[in-house]
Amino acid sequence: MVYLTRKAEFAASHYYHNPAFTPEENQRVFGKCNNPNGHGHNYTLEVTVKGEVDPRSGFVVDLKQLKETMNREVLEAMDHRFLNKEVPEFSTRIPTTENLAIAIWQRLEPKLNAARLHRVRVYETPDLFVDFYGEA
Amino acid sequence: MKAHLTRRYRFSASHRLHNPAMSDAENRSTYGKCNNPHGHGHNYALEVTVSGPVDEGTGMVCNLVDLDGFVQQEILQRFDLQNLNMLEEFQKSVPTTEHLGQTIYEILQRGFRRAHLERVRIEETMMNSFEFAEAREGNW
Repeated sequence: MVYLTRKAEFAASHYYHNPAFTPEENQRVFGKCNNPNGHGHNYTLEVTVKGEVDPRSGFVVDLKQLKETMNREVLEAMDHRFLNKEVPEFSTRIPTTENLAIAIWQRLEPKLNAARLHRVRVYETPDLFVDFYGEA
Repeated sequence: MKAHLTRRYRFSASHRLHNPAMSDAENRSTYGKCNNPHGHGHNYALEVTVSGPVDEGTGMVCNLVDLDGFVQQEILQRFDLQNLNMLEEFQKSVPTTEHLGQTIYEILQRGFRRAHLERVRIEETMMNSFEFAEAREGNW
Protein backbone atom coordinates (compact mmCIF):
# COMPACT_ATOMS: atom_id res chain seq x y z
CA MET A 1 0.00 0.00 0.00
CA VAL A 2 1.32 3.43 -0.94
CA TYR A 3 0.08 6.71 0.53
CA LEU A 4 0.19 9.83 -1.58
CA THR A 5 -0.46 13.37 -0.37
CA ARG A 6 -1.46 16.38 -2.43
CA LYS A 7 -1.43 19.87 -0.96
CA ALA A 8 -3.55 22.92 -1.81
CA GLU A 9 -4.12 26.33 -0.31
CA PHE A 10 -7.22 28.41 -0.02
CA ALA A 11 -8.26 31.55 1.80
CA ALA A 12 -11.67 31.96 3.39
CA SER A 13 -13.50 33.75 6.15
CA HIS A 14 -15.80 32.39 8.81
CA TYR A 15 -17.24 32.98 12.26
CA TYR A 16 -18.49 30.66 14.97
CA HIS A 17 -22.07 31.00 16.10
CA ASN A 18 -24.65 28.48 17.26
CA PRO A 19 -28.20 29.88 16.94
CA ALA A 20 -29.32 27.46 19.68
CA PHE A 21 -27.02 29.22 22.18
CA THR A 22 -27.80 32.51 23.92
CA PRO A 23 -25.64 35.50 22.87
CA GLU A 24 -23.75 35.18 26.18
CA GLU A 25 -23.16 31.47 25.63
CA ASN A 26 -21.93 32.09 22.07
CA GLN A 27 -19.54 34.71 23.39
CA ARG A 28 -18.31 32.47 26.20
CA VAL A 29 -17.77 29.39 24.01
CA PHE A 30 -16.46 31.02 20.85
CA GLY A 31 -14.85 34.23 22.15
CA LYS A 32 -13.42 36.46 19.41
CA CYS A 33 -14.41 33.89 16.77
CA ASN A 34 -18.06 34.85 17.43
CA ASN A 35 -17.73 38.25 15.69
CA PRO A 36 -20.57 38.08 13.09
CA ASN A 37 -18.57 40.06 10.53
CA GLY A 38 -16.20 37.11 10.28
CA HIS A 39 -12.45 36.83 10.08
CA GLY A 40 -10.20 34.93 7.69
CA HIS A 41 -7.45 32.36 7.40
CA ASN A 42 -5.06 31.04 4.82
CA TYR A 43 -5.91 27.37 4.98
CA THR A 44 -3.63 24.59 3.80
CA LEU A 45 -5.30 21.39 2.75
CA GLU A 46 -3.51 18.04 2.55
CA VAL A 47 -5.36 15.18 0.93
CA THR A 48 -3.83 11.71 1.39
CA VAL A 49 -5.01 8.82 -0.74
CA LYS A 50 -3.92 5.21 -0.54
CA GLY A 51 -3.78 2.34 -2.97
CA GLU A 52 -1.60 -0.13 -4.78
CA VAL A 53 0.77 1.09 -7.46
CA ASP A 54 -0.65 0.38 -10.91
CA PRO A 55 2.03 -1.69 -12.68
CA ARG A 56 1.45 -0.02 -16.06
CA SER A 57 1.41 3.65 -15.05
CA GLY A 58 3.50 3.37 -11.89
CA PHE A 59 0.90 5.60 -10.20
CA VAL A 60 -1.26 5.15 -7.12
CA VAL A 61 -3.47 7.82 -8.60
CA ASP A 62 -3.20 10.22 -11.52
CA LEU A 63 -2.10 13.39 -9.71
CA LYS A 64 -3.63 15.58 -12.38
CA GLN A 65 -7.03 14.00 -11.77
CA LEU A 66 -6.63 14.32 -8.01
CA LYS A 67 -5.70 17.97 -8.38
CA GLU A 68 -8.69 18.60 -10.66
CA THR A 69 -11.04 16.86 -8.24
CA MET A 70 -9.70 18.93 -5.33
CA ASN A 71 -10.04 22.11 -7.38
CA ARG A 72 -13.57 21.33 -8.53
CA GLU A 73 -15.00 19.93 -5.30
CA VAL A 74 -13.20 22.03 -2.70
CA LEU A 75 -11.32 25.07 -3.93
CA GLU A 76 -13.96 26.38 -6.32
CA ALA A 77 -16.51 26.18 -3.52
CA MET A 78 -14.38 27.50 -0.67
CA ASP A 79 -11.52 29.66 -1.92
CA HIS A 80 -12.15 33.36 -1.29
CA ARG A 81 -15.57 32.63 0.21
CA PHE A 82 -17.35 33.42 3.45
CA LEU A 83 -17.84 29.83 4.62
CA ASN A 84 -20.91 30.49 6.78
CA LYS A 85 -22.81 32.19 3.97
CA GLU A 86 -21.55 30.60 0.77
CA VAL A 87 -20.84 26.93 1.47
CA PRO A 88 -24.08 24.97 2.01
CA GLU A 89 -22.68 22.58 4.66
CA PHE A 90 -22.11 25.50 6.98
CA SER A 91 -25.68 26.74 6.98
CA THR A 92 -26.33 24.00 9.54
CA ARG A 93 -22.83 23.25 10.90
CA ILE A 94 -20.31 25.60 12.47
CA PRO A 95 -17.32 26.06 10.13
CA THR A 96 -14.69 24.98 12.66
CA THR A 97 -11.54 23.34 11.34
CA GLU A 98 -12.99 20.00 12.49
CA ASN A 99 -16.17 20.46 10.46
CA LEU A 100 -14.19 21.80 7.51
CA ALA A 101 -12.07 18.62 7.41
CA ILE A 102 -15.25 16.49 7.61
CA ALA A 103 -17.00 18.50 4.87
CA ILE A 104 -13.97 18.24 2.58
CA TRP A 105 -13.82 14.46 3.17
CA GLN A 106 -17.54 14.17 2.33
CA ARG A 107 -17.05 16.17 -0.87
CA LEU A 108 -14.01 14.22 -2.06
CA GLU A 109 -14.71 10.67 -0.94
CA PRO A 110 -17.46 9.86 -3.48
CA LYS A 111 -15.52 11.48 -6.33
CA LEU A 112 -12.32 9.46 -6.05
CA ASN A 113 -12.32 6.26 -8.05
CA ALA A 114 -8.76 5.02 -8.58
CA ALA A 115 -7.52 5.42 -5.01
CA ARG A 116 -9.17 5.44 -1.60
CA LEU A 117 -9.19 8.51 0.57
CA HIS A 118 -7.04 7.99 3.67
CA ARG A 119 -6.82 11.34 5.44
CA VAL A 120 -7.92 14.94 5.08
CA ARG A 121 -5.72 17.37 6.99
CA VAL A 122 -6.68 21.04 7.24
CA TYR A 123 -4.30 23.63 8.64
CA GLU A 124 -6.11 26.72 9.87
CA THR A 125 -2.76 28.24 10.81
CA PRO A 126 0.72 26.68 10.88
CA ASP A 127 0.08 26.01 14.61
CA LEU A 128 -3.34 24.37 14.36
CA PHE A 129 -4.54 21.52 12.19
CA VAL A 130 -7.21 18.82 12.14
CA ASP A 131 -6.99 15.31 10.70
CA PHE A 132 -10.08 13.39 9.64
CA TYR A 133 -9.83 9.71 8.66
CA GLY A 134 -13.52 9.16 7.88
CA GLU A 135 -14.16 7.67 11.30
CA ALA A 136 -17.75 7.58 12.50
CA MET B 1 -17.64 11.87 13.88
CA LYS B 2 -14.20 11.51 15.28
CA ALA B 3 -11.46 14.00 14.40
CA HIS B 4 -7.88 14.60 15.52
CA LEU B 5 -6.82 18.11 16.47
CA THR B 6 -3.18 19.13 16.67
CA ARG B 7 -1.86 22.27 18.25
CA ARG B 8 1.73 23.45 18.04
CA TYR B 9 3.53 25.31 20.83
CA ARG B 10 7.08 26.57 21.32
CA PHE B 11 9.37 26.81 24.29
CA SER B 12 13.07 27.28 24.91
CA ALA B 13 15.17 25.55 27.54
CA SER B 14 18.72 24.55 28.31
CA HIS B 15 20.09 21.18 29.36
CA ARG B 16 23.21 19.11 29.73
CA LEU B 17 23.25 15.42 28.97
CA HIS B 18 25.22 13.75 31.71
CA ASN B 19 24.69 10.56 33.67
CA PRO B 20 26.49 10.53 37.04
CA ALA B 21 26.51 6.71 36.94
CA MET B 22 28.89 6.87 33.97
CA SER B 23 32.57 7.82 34.04
CA ASP B 24 33.55 11.19 32.58
CA ALA B 25 35.03 9.41 29.58
CA GLU B 26 31.84 7.40 29.02
CA ASN B 27 29.69 10.53 29.37
CA ARG B 28 31.83 12.26 26.78
CA SER B 29 31.72 9.35 24.37
CA THR B 30 27.94 8.85 24.84
CA TYR B 31 26.78 12.47 24.77
CA GLY B 32 29.56 14.24 22.85
CA LYS B 33 29.07 18.00 22.70
CA CYS B 34 25.84 17.67 24.69
CA ASN B 35 27.98 16.74 27.72
CA ASN B 36 29.49 20.26 27.94
CA PRO B 37 29.30 21.03 31.70
CA HIS B 38 27.94 24.52 31.04
CA GLY B 39 24.93 23.21 29.14
CA HIS B 40 23.35 24.48 25.95
CA GLY B 41 19.83 25.32 24.79
CA HIS B 42 17.18 24.59 22.20
CA ASN B 43 14.05 26.14 20.79
CA TYR B 44 11.68 23.22 21.16
CA ALA B 45 8.45 22.87 19.21
CA LEU B 46 5.75 20.80 20.88
CA GLU B 47 2.79 19.28 19.03
CA VAL B 48 -0.13 17.95 21.04
CA THR B 49 -2.73 15.84 19.23
CA VAL B 50 -6.06 15.11 20.87
CA SER B 51 -9.01 13.23 19.43
CA GLY B 52 -12.69 12.71 20.05
CA PRO B 53 -16.13 13.11 18.57
CA VAL B 54 -16.83 16.54 17.09
CA ASP B 55 -19.42 18.11 19.39
CA GLU B 56 -22.54 19.04 17.42
CA GLY B 57 -23.18 22.20 19.41
CA THR B 58 -19.69 23.66 19.13
CA GLY B 59 -18.23 21.89 16.09
CA MET B 60 -15.15 21.14 18.17
CA VAL B 61 -13.19 18.15 19.50
CA CYS B 62 -12.35 20.33 22.47
CA ASN B 63 -12.24 24.05 23.05
CA LEU B 64 -8.79 25.37 22.14
CA VAL B 65 -8.98 27.75 25.07
CA ASP B 66 -9.00 24.72 27.41
CA LEU B 67 -6.12 22.97 25.65
CA ASP B 68 -4.04 26.14 25.39
CA GLY B 69 -4.75 26.99 29.02
CA PHE B 70 -3.70 23.54 30.22
CA VAL B 71 -0.52 23.46 28.15
CA GLN B 72 0.37 27.00 29.19
CA GLN B 73 -0.14 26.35 32.87
CA GLU B 74 1.15 22.80 33.22
CA ILE B 75 3.84 22.58 30.56
CA LEU B 76 5.07 25.89 29.15
CA GLN B 77 5.21 27.62 32.52
CA ARG B 78 7.14 24.66 33.89
CA PHE B 79 9.71 24.24 31.10
CA ASP B 80 9.95 27.49 29.11
CA LEU B 81 13.18 29.42 29.72
CA GLN B 82 14.38 26.91 32.32
CA ASN B 83 17.48 24.84 32.80
CA LEU B 84 15.95 21.36 32.61
CA ASN B 85 18.70 19.81 34.74
CA MET B 86 17.58 21.95 37.68
CA LEU B 87 13.97 20.67 37.61
CA GLU B 88 12.71 17.97 39.93
CA GLU B 89 11.74 15.73 36.98
CA PHE B 90 15.33 15.44 35.86
CA GLN B 91 17.10 14.84 39.15
CA LYS B 92 17.11 11.10 38.46
CA SER B 93 16.97 11.00 34.69
CA VAL B 94 18.96 12.65 31.91
CA PRO B 95 16.95 15.47 30.23
CA THR B 96 17.12 14.04 26.74
CA THR B 97 14.22 14.93 24.47
CA GLU B 98 13.04 11.32 24.90
CA HIS B 99 12.66 11.87 28.66
CA LEU B 100 11.27 15.38 28.21
CA GLY B 101 8.63 14.11 25.79
CA GLN B 102 7.68 11.24 28.10
CA THR B 103 7.29 13.69 30.96
CA ILE B 104 5.09 15.99 28.88
CA TYR B 105 3.03 13.03 27.61
CA GLU B 106 2.43 11.91 31.21
CA ILE B 107 1.42 15.42 32.35
CA LEU B 108 -1.16 15.58 29.57
CA GLN B 109 -2.39 12.04 30.06
CA ARG B 110 -2.82 12.55 33.79
CA GLY B 111 -4.34 16.01 33.76
CA PHE B 112 -6.09 16.86 30.48
CA ARG B 113 -9.61 15.50 30.53
CA ARG B 114 -11.37 17.40 27.75
CA ALA B 115 -10.35 15.03 24.93
CA HIS B 116 -8.38 11.84 24.38
CA LEU B 117 -4.62 12.33 24.17
CA GLU B 118 -3.49 10.78 20.89
CA ARG B 119 0.10 11.86 20.50
CA VAL B 120 2.84 14.20 21.66
CA ARG B 121 5.58 15.20 19.26
CA ILE B 122 8.62 17.30 20.12
CA GLU B 123 11.11 18.85 17.76
CA GLU B 124 14.40 19.53 19.51
CA THR B 125 15.76 21.16 16.36
CA MET B 126 14.40 21.28 12.83
CA MET B 127 16.44 18.13 12.16
CA ASN B 128 15.19 15.81 14.89
CA SER B 129 11.84 15.06 16.43
CA PHE B 130 10.39 12.54 18.87
CA GLU B 131 6.88 11.12 19.07
CA PHE B 132 4.98 9.60 21.96
CA ALA B 133 1.73 7.70 21.71
CA GLU B 134 -0.07 4.75 23.19
CA ALA B 135 1.12 1.55 21.57
CA ARG B 136 -1.83 0.43 19.47
CA GLU B 137 -2.94 -0.37 15.96
CA GLY B 138 -4.50 2.22 13.72
CA ASN B 139 -4.04 5.77 12.57
CA TRP B 140 -1.87 8.33 14.23
